[in-house]
Amino acid sequence: MKESKQYKIFKVFNVSILIIIVFCTLYPFLNVIAQSFSSEAYINAGKVTLFPRGFNIDTYKTIAQDSMFWINYKNTVVYTVVGTAISMFLTTIFAYALSKKRLVGRKFLTFFAVFTMFFNGGLVPNYVLINSLGFGNSIWAIVIPGAISVYNMLIMKSFFENMPEELEEAASIDGLNTYGILLKIVLPLSKAVIATMILFYAVGHWNSWFPAFLYLDQKELFPVTMYLRNMIAGVTGATSAGASSADNLTQISANIKSVTMVLTILPILTIYPFVQKYFVSGVMLGSVK
Amino acid sequence: MAEIKVETGGESNIIIKRSKLAVLGTILRRDWQLYSLLVLPIIYLIIFKYGPMFGNIIAFRRFMPGGKIYGESWVGLHYFKMFINDPTFWNVFKNTLMLGGLTLIICFPMPIIFALLLNEIKAKKFKKFVQTASYLPHFLSIVIVAGMILQLTAVNGTINSIVEFFTGEKINFIQQAEWFRTIYVTSEIWQTMGWGAILYLAALTTIDESLYEAAKIDGANRWKQTLHITIPGILPTIVVLLILNIGSFMAVGFEKILLLYNPLTYQTSDVISTYLYRVGLESSNFSYATAIGLFESIIGLVLVLSANGISRKLTERSLW
Repeated sequence: MKESKQYKIFKVFNVSILIIIVFCTLYPFLNVIAQSFSSEAYINAGKVTLFPRGFNIDTYKTIAQDSMFWINYKNTVVYTVVGTAISMFLTTIFAYALSKKRLVGRKFLTFFAVFTMFFNGGLVPNYVLINSLGFGNSIWAIVIPGAISVYNMLIMKSFFENMPEELEEAASIDGLNTYGILLKIVLPLSKAVIATMILFYAVGHWNSWFPAFLYLDQKELFPVTMYLRNMIAGVTGATSAGASSADNLTQISANIKSVTMVLTILPILTIYPFVQKYFVSGVMLGSVK
Repeated sequence: MAEIKVETGGESNIIIKRSKLAVLGTILRRDWQLYSLLVLPIIYLIIFKYGPMFGNIIAFRRFMPGGKIYGESWVGLHYFKMFINDPTFWNVFKNTLMLGGLTLIICFPMPIIFALLLNEIKAKKFKKFVQTASYLPHFLSIVIVAGMILQLTAVNGTINSIVEFFTGEKINFIQQAEWFRTIYVTSEIWQTMGWGAILYLAALTTIDESLYEAAKIDGANRWKQTLHITIPGILPTIVVLLILNIGSFMAVGFEKILLLYNPLTYQTSDVISTYLYRVGLESSNFSYATAIGLFESIIGLVLVLSANGISRKLTERSLW
């Protein structure tokens, strides 16, 4: 097989472009990591790019000693675990019920759910509702309002629909009721889709900050994203670490911000290489329609 | 008259015609467990999704914070007239259209180009590496994304080092209104390009290899093959995603803007959702903000429905 000269030139060009894209994608990460290990003087002089300058790990120690940071980190873990559990429970039972063709009213109920994807109540009515339910300053404001993602539910529903019906028929002849079939037959066969859904929800909860920003005003309840948000927004004295280590209280140093960012991304970066394929397969499942 | 199939002792199915009520009774007796699974999700949807929809009633009523959740008294279209006569509203409306439009025009084609470039890479490991790296930004909290943007565009950040090298001056990007759109769109590309390419890459693998073989025999070079085989092959995917994007065209990245904007850049950065956030939740003009929100939601719905309708007419492809 012969390749034209132009195609060879294109290939060199193509590989170069892709390398540049990868570099640009990763650069912000590398820059944050480099700044987190650098001294403030070098950062302020604009001299930290890919590698740390004026190596310093004091800021890591300072943040590690800030009890508020760890309280917020623990909150993020709790919100993620509880939120994901609630979401998975509701999404699974909803998707399973809607996947049954014998269910009378199935079409209407699916539409009832899908409609909420295209029309939502809006910020203020949601805010009024959550507060009038008494969810303010509680975990419920964080984990309940977004519990079911209709998009995820549709992915699961189409997965259940593609399961062979004979399996469930056999189980029902063996005397299993609907709950038994779902628990003992369907769920064990759905591990792949369940893993994907757990990851979708867990990452969503881990990264979420806005509900906390709206509904929580006690620092002890904040997720770590809010700790970071207050830091980058330059909220004065937002953290005890920022207040104790910086001479200038109104300005939290770039170094401290970087350390907090690194510590917040770390869990995601650690599991990312292992779980990436589940996300990709989830997107594929979602596109089957 | 409704019909229902009833199993009778393992023998043949017979169709019994009965009154609707009796039919409902039979269905419930047979499938009550299945219906019981629906109870919680439906209650959830009614309270947390449909509740706020009906909560929009306060756009037509005077609402007092701490008072009744459906407001105190009818005021008709008072709040709608208010925003139509509000010059700030028209500015944020324009900004929303600008940011949404720029995102659609610039960010939408990026994943397609990226997928086409990746498709020409035969070295599997390199391809995998590029893909893995490019998906990474998708998994970050928007707070981290904002933190990175602020750091890169800071006066002592990397971008300013480059700018200073060429021009000898530094620009305080984040405090200048004329830079906001550039920052927004560029970071949007960074966040979405890799992840957005997944579906195109999947579509590319489904293209029949024999088409390429045939084209080669006919003497078509790689560019011609791309034009006449590859692009038509992923066109259905492009159309579906384009509809989705047009439909959500007004839903600009509210959280990102909220984290990045400041009063100095409102002139270009303030959009409908951030404006109604400030008016509604910071200044407690709940009804006014709800009216603006309702207007935005309705435009959003109309956009999705029309994009879908047009696509069904033109290409016979649609979301439903």
